Amino acid sequence: MGESASPPSAPADRPARTGRPVAEAERITKKYGETVALDRAHIAIEPGETHALVGRNGAGKSTLVAILTGLQAPDDGQVRFAGAPAPRLSDRDAWRRRVACVYQKSTIIPELTVAENLYLHRHDRNRLGLVSWKSVWRKAAELLEAWSVDVDVRLPAGELGVEQRQFVEIARALSFGARFIILDEPTAQLDGAAIARLFERMRAMREQGVTFLFISHHLQEIHEICDRVTVFRDARHILTAPVAELSQGDLVAAMTGEAAGLRERRVRTPVPADAPVVLDAGGLGDGDVYHDVDLRVRAGEIVGLAGLGGSGKTELAETLVGLRAPRAGTLEVAGRRPRTGSVPESLAAGVGFVPRDRHHQGLVPLMSIADNATMTVPERLGPAGFVSNRRRDGLARDMIANLAIKTPGPDLPVTGLSGGNQQKVVMARALANDPRLLVLITPTAGVDVRSKEFLLGKVEETAGNGTGVVIASDELDDLRLCDRVLVMFHGRVVAELAAGWHDHEMVAAMEGVDLDA
Amino acid sequence: MPETTAAPAGTERPPGAPGQAGAGSGRRSARLRLARLRDFALVPAIVVIAIVGQIVNPIFLQGDNVINILQTMSEISLLVLAQTLVLVAGRMDLSLESTFGLAPGVAAWVTVAAGTGHGLGLLSGAWAIPITLAVGVLAGSVNALFIVRFGLNGFIVTLGMLIVLRGLLTGISGGQTFFNLPPSMTYLGSTMWLGVPASIWICLLLFAAGVVLMGFTGFGRSLYAIGGNVDAAKAAGIRTDRVLWITLISASLLAALGGLLLAGRLASVAASQGSGAIFTVFAAAVIGGVSLNGGKGTVFGAFTGILLLYMIQNVLTLAGVPAQWIEALNGGIILTALALSRLTGGTTQE
Repeated sequence: MGESASPPSAPADRPARTGRPVAEAERITKKYGETVALDRAHIAIEPGETHALVGRNGAGKSTLVAILTGLQAPDDGQVRFAGAPAPRLSDRDAWRRRVACVYQKSTIIPELTVAENLYLHRHDRNRLGLVSWKSVWRKAAELLEAWSVDVDVRLPAGELGVEQRQFVEIARALSFGARFIILDEPTAQLDGAAIARLFERMRAMREQGVTFLFISHHLQEIHEICDRVTVFRDARHILTAPVAELSQGDLVAAMTGEAAGLRERRVRTPVPADAPVVLDAGGLGDGDVYHDVDLRVRAGEIVGLAGLGGSGKTELAETLVGLRAPRAGTLEVAGRRPRTGSVPESLAAGVGFVPRDRHHQGLVPLMSIADNATMTVPERLGPAGFVSNRRRDGLARDMIANLAIKTPGPDLPVTGLSGGNQQKVVMARALANDPRLLVLITPTAGVDVRSKEFLLGKVEETAGNGTGVVIASDELDDLRLCDRVLVMFHGRVVAELAAGWHDHEMVAAMEGVDLDA
Repeated sequence: MPETTAAPAGTERPPGAPGQAGAGSGRRSARLRLARLRDFALVPAIVVIAIVGQIVNPIFLQGDNVINILQTMSEISLLVLAQTLVLVAGRMDLSLESTFGLAPGVAAWVTVAAGTGHGLGLLSGAWAIPITLAVGVLAGSVNALFIVRFGLNGFIVTLGMLIVLRGLLTGISGGQTFFNLPPSMTYLGSTMWLGVPASIWICLLLFAAGVVLMGFTGFGRSLYAIGGNVDAAKAAGIRTDRVLWITLISASLLAALGGLLLAGRLASVAASQGSGAIFTVFAAAVIGGVSLNGGKGTVFGAFTGILLLYMIQNVLTLAGVPAQWIEALNGGIILTALALSRLTGGTTQE
């Protein structure tokens, strides 16, 4: 374990790296009580490169980001920017001139306009000492134009999409003078096209001399955009190496500490044609969102719904589980017709589901794992509406064991779990009522490689037991295990791909491109 | 409250926003215009009530009656202004209605000559106004101490303060009313400037100042930032604690001033002055578009809110509704107005 490669070998197309690393952390140790978050970890980011930081949930990435951005002080060790020691923690302005971070959680204030978000607390004043909105708007527009971000600065920031909000946050960071930017899982909530645009912009900014530290769970993204990669595992630095010298398998091995590699999916046995139909949707439509969708899923079958953001796949999946009501069409689950738009009736008809955003719809943060996991099955917790803690914890323990959730016990609040384990709790909740139809919406968003494999394995296992599964996702790994994938584009099913498709076929179909034309 | 603030922004985002928001500048400016119109959302309602009032009784729009409406609402509207500042910053202050009574009550207690009622006659009448304002500052400081310094929930702290301050007023007054106030206390509430009661001028001036403060000063904008996303505000270098201290103290100061105006108009301080007013205050702010979750709403909107409520009340009185029924009707009207503003505003109030 130690360092396998640290001297940067500059690729030919990049200006020769001179002088000191833009940012460098040495022998950083940070403890939270008993937990060691970082153990003599180090990282050095060279000027002009895009440096990847990868590691499973809990490897210490977030702590390192907090220390590199001056939000927390390390217990031991040193942070240097361009060779000079880091400023004092209280000197926020000095930190902001050196480093900026676009966090996963947006630091944009939704009620304020884009311009005001950019120049918050440093508004231009007129002679009377009052805020001069004209000048704020003009400067904001100039700033966004300089970095070619096409957003109306007078729009409330809450109306921006995730993608544009990120660009606005990046532009704000640059406006402080920082040329070193940390992107914390920027692609987690973006669809394929938006990710491509983000990368394009990152490349353009790199030409203008911006250095990036890029954090992501998606290894192919790192191969696409990054020059070098640093791997953390269990609070320690494992290796730093040029991306080109590492295969994805090597990376996974470094992250997990075992030579695993992404496991090849075994070929699934075809679902018998006489298996009962568990989902029969005919002519479903909801205005412009999606229309004329016919969907039949048999017991044991896994059907994918692919498509970019705005294709209607998420809304369609939400309709199947009763979160939305369609305006047209019929919906039959396991021979019953739940009232559309009613979650309780859908659950009663045998639907289990993982909603799209675990923070928003999936979990109640302050409640325990046991409460969260058994939320869909109150009738099994005790007689006549009473909850027996013993019975609840028993159920929860089974789920924790079944889904290998890493926790000291069922009483822990779900906020105490890592992202991957939180998602497992959501999955446990979906499986709690032994569903006939399991609907998963982006089930592996923001979880690490291991948990992802585990979750997908669980899906296959569930299907093997005779449950029909629908996965709505634009994540190729999620879709790969499907028996067939319906691809949606602008609210319409435009293609159906049988298992064994090639990545470029799927991506082309989602983008609405016809490869044969 | 903070954990619920993020939710509406997430649900309101139109699906597929990333793709479409780059195009269609026509639609964008339409949305912009709509956003600005929200400030004036109540203006049509005010016009309608004015017309209805005129039909019910032709004196409704006469100068005297308009001044009467403005003067009756001038004192409580200062509470609305105060509450708006606090709400925008993402907090709430229930104790304003008690400060509204206690501040002039203490001033009367100390300055009213001994022998008449519960007055102590310790200080000359000239001290009345400074004492009133000082009590306001003190009440605001205690609120801020608990909420900002000790990090307690604002709702429960100010609910406690509401009871404590009301109890103090009952204690010093023996549950009775202070009369024979010194002239300094009655001046602002009873004098006329340019033919219009001073309290109306003060109310309008303070609201105008509030509009400028909230829209055009760094301080006002930092209130929106704190109410919208306190972490982002901190990250932008705003001293959030200090801003909240100032806001809570200013709010209580405004309440004290409002109480002084009412004491002056009535030439007395009742032990129940301001009691029960807080519901009207919150309702006016919310009808006027101020969000209980913070970060949203304008001073102008809050002003239209309280104006609308008082116009409706005046119409009811002119229509000859028996006084015993006014309260029930008033509450019902406020609830109806809230429901209507929810329907027309289109978004959930939380």
